[in-house]
Amino acid sequence: MSSKSHSIVMLRRNFLHIARNPTSVFNAVLMPIVLMLMFVYMFGDAFSVGVDYIDYATPGLMLLAVCYGLGTTATAVNSDMTKGIINRFKVMHVSRDAVLTGHVVATVLTNMVAIAALLGVAFLLGFNPSAGLLDWLGAIGVILLLSFAASWLTVALGLSAKSPETAGLAAVPLIMLPFFSSAIVPAEKMGVGLRQFAEYQPFTPIIETLRGLLNGAPSTGTAITAIAWCVGIALVGYLWARSTFTKRA
Amino acid sequence: MTSSAIAASGLRKAYKDKVVLDGIDLDVRAGTIFSLLGPNGAGKTTTVNVLTTLVRADGGSVRVAGHDVATEAKAVRSAIGVTGQFAAVDELLTGRENLQLMVDLSGLRTKDGKQVIGQLLGRFELTESADKPASTYSGGMRRKLDLAMTLVGDPRIIFLDEPTTGLDPRSRRTMWSIIRDLVADGVTIFLTTQYLEEADQLADRIAVLDQGRLVAQGTPDDLKRQIPGTHVRLRFATVAELDAAARVLSDSTRDDEALALRVPGDGGTKSLRALLDRLDEYAISAEELSVQTPDLDDVFLALTGRTTEVAAQ
Repeated sequence: MSSKSHSIVMLRRNFLHIARNPTSVFNAVLMPIVLMLMFVYMFGDAFSVGVDYIDYATPGLMLLAVCYGLGTTATAVNSDMTKGIINRFKVMHVSRDAVLTGHVVATVLTNMVAIAALLGVAFLLGFNPSAGLLDWLGAIGVILLLSFAASWLTVALGLSAKSPETAGLAAVPLIMLPFFSSAIVPAEKMGVGLRQFAEYQPFTPIIETLRGLLNGAPSTGTAITAIAWCVGIALVGYLWARSTFTKRA
Repeated sequence: MTSSAIAASGLRKAYKDKVVLDGIDLDVRAGTIFSLLGPNGAGKTTTVNVLTTLVRADGGSVRVAGHDVATEAKAVRSAIGVTGQFAAVDELLTGRENLQLMVDLSGLRTKDGKQVIGQLLGRFELTESADKPASTYSGGMRRKLDLAMTLVGDPRIIFLDEPTTGLDPRSRRTMWSIIRDLVADGVTIFLTTQYLEEADQLADRIAVLDQGRLVAQGTPDDLKRQIPGTHVRLRFATVAELDAAARVLSDSTRDDEALALRVPGDGGTKSLRALLDRLDEYAISAEELSVQTPDLDDVFLALTGRTTEVAAQ
């Protein structure tokens, strides 16, 4: 059998997991929406960002939606590792990447569902982007790339962690990072130290790229930084995951 | 194919500076049950991991089903089946779905796959629970499902890493009879265990592993000849009584520290009565009498001079 069909078998397994354990999807899909309602209705008026708050916050919340889906993946990958499932696949004549690819693709697809739901709610709340078709395609591309990169990094974290609990914890920094970026409030409004951190951490250029695309005014410089970060994260995540997968038994 | 299903020589493996396997030589003939016996931490799982291509050895060579595990891992993998120490079943899936997953990965045709799944469920008495999630299964059922999953690809060499650890006696016996049936079909079994009784019941050959070295290898009878047989242990209150008893029971061995005598015997009522009569005759009374059958601890003590508890630390 080819590695592609093995990956499809693994992906089907991941979908069955989601079907059996729907709360994980609720978390990934509903939490970002709850956060959106909270920020827009409770805090939105308190932040002056120069534009409608929903227009400012939606790109950042899309990113948060990606990150919220990752905790489940880290736990699932780790439980495959620690419960011997991965060893079982490794001693079978199964292509090496299939089980990891299955997790990555399932995570990316869950992310996309979460983002579609989030955008739906955003439009109901008056989200009014000025993006054209190409801008939208660009925005979707950036989100897909981020989701892909973050998934590989999460898979690596999940493989390396000692137990499912620590794997879940290991994903927490990824969930927290968007809060310390320009996702919710502009970096200029933060205190010294935090502001510098927010300006230079990977999520800020990614969010600014999304924001630019959705407002119909993309900036090439930020976009290049964002793409470079995503490719870098994906590469590190993939190589780390591969080597842990091969070494750990 | 040669008559050796598994042949290893000079296997070495260390994790950082801790030596786990220190020169292991093994030869398992096709169609037999080979048991690797040893306490926790002896290196049993590492041995299985090396033999099954999961872990690369630092030194030595291994051929499984005629293929080198280091350079022909793929060929080895298609000949073997492995059931690890912890039942590696997908708990969110049902028993049937777990088996289906194995069928899909093995590339069997859909129709053949359905038939194989049905047969395996029946053989392992899992048909009734086939459509319940594996998370609801008992320990024994999980092990059975785990083994059934291993059998989907019809492997000719099966590795079982402590297949009965943590099972109740009844499930353990069921597992034993399943293992015997497998060998009757011509499969080679490599089994690790902590229980001498298990190795004794199942294995054609046993190797005893201690701190990464094989301290003994042979048939169960070979090994039992090397260890003290069933005996009666008598403990006395005073040295005088011990001396008197030792004079009367000339074939016994004495343990001065514990004020005890070890008398060979089969532990049956007849030989016990004879022993007690003899003590009575000379008006000697023991503080305590116990019948001792050899277990892994005795094998260990005899072979290494240490008990398994010390070895595990």
